[in-house]
Amino acid sequence: MIPELGHYALILALGLALIQAVLPLAGSYTGNRAWMHTARPLAWGQFIFSAIAFALLLLAFLTDDFSVVYVASNSNTLMPTIYKVSAVWGAHEGSLLLWAAFLAGWGAAVASLSRNLPLPIVARVLAVMGMVGIGFLLFMLLTSNPFERIFPPPLEGRDLNPLLQDPGLAIHPPLLYMGYVGFSVAFAFAIAALLGGKLDAAWARWSRPWTTTAWIFLTLGIALGSWWAYYELGWGGWWFWDPVENASLMPWLAGTALMHSLAVTEKRGAFKSWTVLLAITAFSLSLLGTFLVRSGVLTSVHAFATDPARGTFILIFLCIVIGGSLALYAWRAPAVSGGGRFELLSRESFLLANNLLLTLLTALVLLGTLAPLIYEAMAWGKISVGFPWFNTMFVAVTPFLAFLMGIGPLTRWKQDEPMRLARELRLPFIVTGAASLLTVILMPLITLDWYLVPLGIGLAVWLLTSHLQAIRERLRHKSRPGAILTDLASNGRSFYGMILAHLGVAMFVVGITLVSNYGQEKDVRMSPGGVQEVAGYRFLFHGVTTQRGPNYMAARGHFQIFDGQRPIAELWPEKRSYFASQKPMTEASIDWGLTRDLYVSLGEPLEDGDWALRLYYKPYVRWIWLGALLMALGGLLAITDRRYRLARGLGRARTGVADNAAVARS
Amino acid sequence: MSRFRLAATGRPGSPRTLSVVVLAGLLSLPLVAPLAGAFTLEEFQFSDPARAEEFKRLTEELRCLVCQNESLAGSQADLAQDLREEVYRLLQSGKSRQEVIDFLVERYGDFVLYDPPLKPSTYPLWFGPLLLAGVGGLFLFLTLRNKREAREQELSAEEQQRLRALLADDSTPTKDKA
Repeated sequence: MIPELGHYALILALGLALIQAVLPLAGSYTGNRAWMHTARPLAWGQFIFSAIAFALLLLAFLTDDFSVVYVASNSNTLMPTIYKVSAVWGAHEGSLLLWAAFLAGWGAAVASLSRNLPLPIVARVLAVMGMVGIGFLLFMLLTSNPFERIFPPPLEGRDLNPLLQDPGLAIHPPLLYMGYVGFSVAFAFAIAALLGGKLDAAWARWSRPWTTTAWIFLTLGIALGSWWAYYELGWGGWWFWDPVENASLMPWLAGTALMHSLAVTEKRGAFKSWTVLLAITAFSLSLLGTFLVRSGVLTSVHAFATDPARGTFILIFLCIVIGGSLALYAWRAPAVSGGGRFELLSRESFLLANNLLLTLLTALVLLGTLAPLIYEAMAWGKISVGFPWFNTMFVAVTPFLAFLMGIGPLTRWKQDEPMRLARELRLPFIVTGAASLLTVILMPLITLDWYLVPLGIGLAVWLLTSHLQAIRERLRHKSRPGAILTDLASNGRSFYGMILAHLGVAMFVVGITLVSNYGQEKDVRMSPGGVQEVAGYRFLFHGVTTQRGPNYMAARGHFQIFDGQRPIAELWPEKRSYFASQKPMTEASIDWGLTRDLYVSLGEPLEDGDWALRLYYKPYVRWIWLGALLMALGGLLAITDRRYRLARGLGRARTGVADNAAVARS
Repeated sequence: MSRFRLAATGRPGSPRTLSVVVLAGLLSLPLVAPLAGAFTLEEFQFSDPARAEEFKRLTEELRCLVCQNESLAGSQADLAQDLREEVYRLLQSGKSRQEVIDFLVERYGDFVLYDPPLKPSTYPLWFGPLLLAGVGGLFLFLTLRNKREAREQELSAEEQQRLRALLADDSTPTKDKA
């Protein structure tokens, strides 16, 4: 009965989404206010029924209802409760449901937080979100129903993939999806603007916080996934350029470009059609990413053919969304473009270059990810495109991006004086040069690509010094010490958000540079009582004991680590075998620190109580994820900026006026 | 669900019944990297440290053909072990890096290389990025030129007023610097 209720709730949500996609939109063209006013309650209705469906699937998992195929395939009575919860989005059907629920949730959020928006715009934005909702709900109901029953029900479920039975991966997909789905708001705003033919600074100001919020979620989601891969997969890497990783990186890159483009549109009214195109791109790549991962096409092009219903639906849906919005763009963009004259030397120019570089990176990831599929489909021979290709491309492009990132914030809008800018950049430039030179002198030349270390460190120092300079430049009363605080406080939060996020990039660059060039690893065979030395740390192996977990047996190793004679850590790496799937799983054990991680993972048992082991020394690896965290915090700071709150608080009284103005124009 | 079948799991010969679960899991991984695995590479001893480094680099850049997406260095599959031994044998017999690569490509095709080779069929992959960068550069050049010549679009008084009403804010957007 419960699963049928869930199924029914999904159908109701679809019905509401259908009305939401049509009625408010029709109202916005005919000026029918009553129809437009249905958008908000419909968005809430869609959310409530999607949430009910989600809650009922969760209930099926918590009560071990194995009569539901999806539960039987992805759960087990022995599984700890937290993983029964996360198993809801552990596979295809459930993650689609999560997607749909989040989408409806963002719709409800827009409905609630848009009181200062003109009614026709709200109506159009929510109608577009309703259309996307239709696509997902239909996909689920037609090809991937999570509530499908099986008779007779199996006595025991098949268990969730052990790789997913981890706290990090329990919250990684929801964060990622919040990001993906969040770009649907930016997309809906862009489409609404194209439909209305009016795209101005106000539009950019409305869609900016939504875009940034989605970007924050995506940043955290990707960082968490990378961190999980690092500690869970036992090979010590944090990014493999796997198609599934790339699928999340593409919308992030496009979304980052979009955030910066929106800034120009809000401040200067320029880049309008470019901003719209980026909003369409970011969301299209989110959809593509979801479907690439979900359709199985990444494993092989042939997997696509084994399930024609899903594959066909996905293709048609992507064609409608991407093709439709691009067609609308081609038709309407000339009407919204124009605005904002600026000189060659201006912040606009630097942001445009930044946008093009980010777009280039997005295109490169897309090319590298799709190339093997295209080659296979066209019978041009099977190829692999792995980390060597991606690293070559990124190392060639990203230094320019980081270099421009340092100049942009110091440049004036519209027009700048070359001499003034040169004065501002002089000090950062000197310090960066000195730091790079010092790195060359001090560093041990151990790699072939020796230039990467001074390059990476130099870029990080460049970002740090140029952004400190950007803060200093804003101290108008340098001579009066007491006024410094007042000066600092007079800058908006979005300014500090930008600084923080960019320093996050600097930190990220330091982490990548040092861990890739100075990381050390040892693949060794060890006997109990044996000692191995890695990067000056001594790893003492005490042996392995057997332990029982809730739904697995584990071989648990015990290590003591010494720095000289001083014991600094005890590590307990595990090798687990899950009862239901019999799959072996490695649980690495890590002694983490700001400047280095010491990492042990258990391999295979060998004769005489010996074990094959991997020992790693990972200098500054945490800076990669801490950098991402700083970026996300920067975004958070930016969306709490005063002007967004003001716009919300004071806007209500004027809504009527604005409504009429917007209706008159559309 | 049963319509799915995984072509190859990490270990050849694992029970077919697992394939559904494994694939469901793989599909659901927003980030999949090599499956958990650790084993010892210690058995591959080289007298020359440069050769040892070469071996490590090579096994990282060669693909385990039966795995989801794992390098030879990271995989525990039997085939990966066979190929590791093959690479070791070739290197020990004095073959160069390129000769090892040629040998493996001869047998398994370009698919085995994570670093795609440069040849006519991969020109789009290697030179496409240059083309993209060129198009981007041209776009940048044209936009910057047009923008300098473009006439400033000043908002009319009525539009200014409407904008302020919409933004519900006293300052015009151009005023704040952030």
